[in-house]
Amino acid sequence: MAEKVLMKGNEAIAEAAIRAGCRHYFGYPITPQTEIAAYMAKKMPKIGGVFLQAESEIASINMVYGAAATGMRVMTSSSSPGISLKTEGLSYIAGSDVPALVVNVQRGGPGLGGIQPSQSDYFQATKGGGHGDYRMIVLAPASVQEMASLTIKGFNLADKYRMTSMILADGTIGQMMEPISFEDAEIETYEKPWALTGHGNARKHNIVNSLYLQPDALERTNFERYEKYAAIEENEPMWEEYMMEDAEICVVAFGIASRVAKNAVVAARAEGIKVGLIRPITLWPFPTKALRKAADQCKRFISVELNMGQMIEDVRLATECKRPVSLCHRAGGMIPSPEQVLESIRKAQKGE
Amino acid sequence: MKTTQILIAGFGGQGVLFAGKFLAYKAMNENKNLSWLPSYGPEMRGGTANCSVVISDMPVGSPIITTPDVLIAMNLPSLTKFVDTVAPGGKIIIDSTLIDAKVERTDVEVFYIPATQMAKDAGFATLSNMILLGKAMAACDAVSFDNLKETFETFIPAKKAGLIDMNCQALKLGYDFT
Repeated sequence: MAEKVLMKGNEAIAEAAIRAGCRHYFGYPITPQTEIAAYMAKKMPKIGGVFLQAESEIASINMVYGAAATGMRVMTSSSSPGISLKTEGLSYIAGSDVPALVVNVQRGGPGLGGIQPSQSDYFQATKGGGHGDYRMIVLAPASVQEMASLTIKGFNLADKYRMTSMILADGTIGQMMEPISFEDAEIETYEKPWALTGHGNARKHNIVNSLYLQPDALERTNFERYEKYAAIEENEPMWEEYMMEDAEICVVAFGIASRVAKNAVVAARAEGIKVGLIRPITLWPFPTKALRKAADQCKRFISVELNMGQMIEDVRLATECKRPVSLCHRAGGMIPSPEQVLESIRKAQKGE
Repeated sequence: MKTTQILIAGFGGQGVLFAGKFLAYKAMNENKNLSWLPSYGPEMRGGTANCSVVISDMPVGSPIITTPDVLIAMNLPSLTKFVDTVAPGGKIIIDSTLIDAKVERTDVEVFYIPATQMAKDAGFATLSNMILLGKAMAACDAVSFDNLKETFETFIPAKKAGLIDMNCQALKLGYDFT
């Protein structure tokens, strides 16, 4: 058995990033993700890496942009209000096709909001946030183990597709501890002929830029980028299915909500209700095919979220509105109880 | 298949998180599944803290405890807040030096233990948390009461290793209390 260590979710992200070869961290403190920066501050100087607490979130994301342009594995982390500040940089990074890892350990919003766990940045993460046509790969860990494994996966995918991978976590998974193992991590490396590494007159110089004043040239970059996005939608969706074999009701939940939902599914099964869970692990690309397949089998869907109902729109799109989708949720830093989810499963069973 | 949900609650500084951490490491060393979740919100900043530890033979579902099987109450506000959430048949461990109140529920098992006084008398005034945890470990069988020293050694830095013996004694005081 692989050796296990007990870690907080935030620490697991930081350790996994270092193991993935990240040697550049730029950040600015904010609850509930500060342990990531603290871990980096302690570890990076010892391994020849860079930890820099910038003067602001905007400065830190632009430092990420700069380091990413040199082909280095680089990351930043923040929580909801801080991510809003970083979105300008995220758009520039997308327009320049450089890889980066960005962590959002979400807290309740909008505005300064609160510091308790939330999933209310789903729209921001999966539908843009910054300006222009762009996507980010959005990974939603549901355990401390996945905080680590999806961080490594995120770096791999970012390099593979030259774009931002975002870890969309929440305060609960950031703060909780669970035993984890790093031994199965597969670290991929990619050639980066586009990187600004100094050309020594041996090759043509590279340019990293997001400014295209000729609209036809700009259009071309958009079309090319969307071909890449289409390949990702085809190849990279990840999800978990739980008790779906004979399910007539399908609960859809990600991150911490899926943990609560799992308890409710077990309780509902004990009452004889045929219910299962689909847990999207990638929020973009959304596991559309899995949901579409479930729509042929299940009569009702329930979207469980820590927000006012955001992923529910993607559930409806993926199932092409073939089946009713209800919402079970809390917001503002509150978390639905397993009993609340169970009650919504009972209602779905009765066709309500 | 067995899952035990343990909620430890008290003032910040009483060692709520540390007691939970010990329990988490103990469970991990026994190859059990577990989660450890601290409160990090305004309640912590206002003085009270709590810590949820779930120990299970199966992968842990929700780490958030809504109906604890075991409640360790280290102050009155914590007892007041959580007493009604304890699962029927559950156990409540109360520091009776700091809490005068009695539990009125009859469907739970309650242990009153003067942990703060016992800790003072034993010469380690800050270890009432471990005395209460020792009693909790006796009251439920989520983890076994062995290899205490080894468990501390897995997470206590070498420079603080001198404190391990006292912590083991405190656990034992609580475990043996009747």
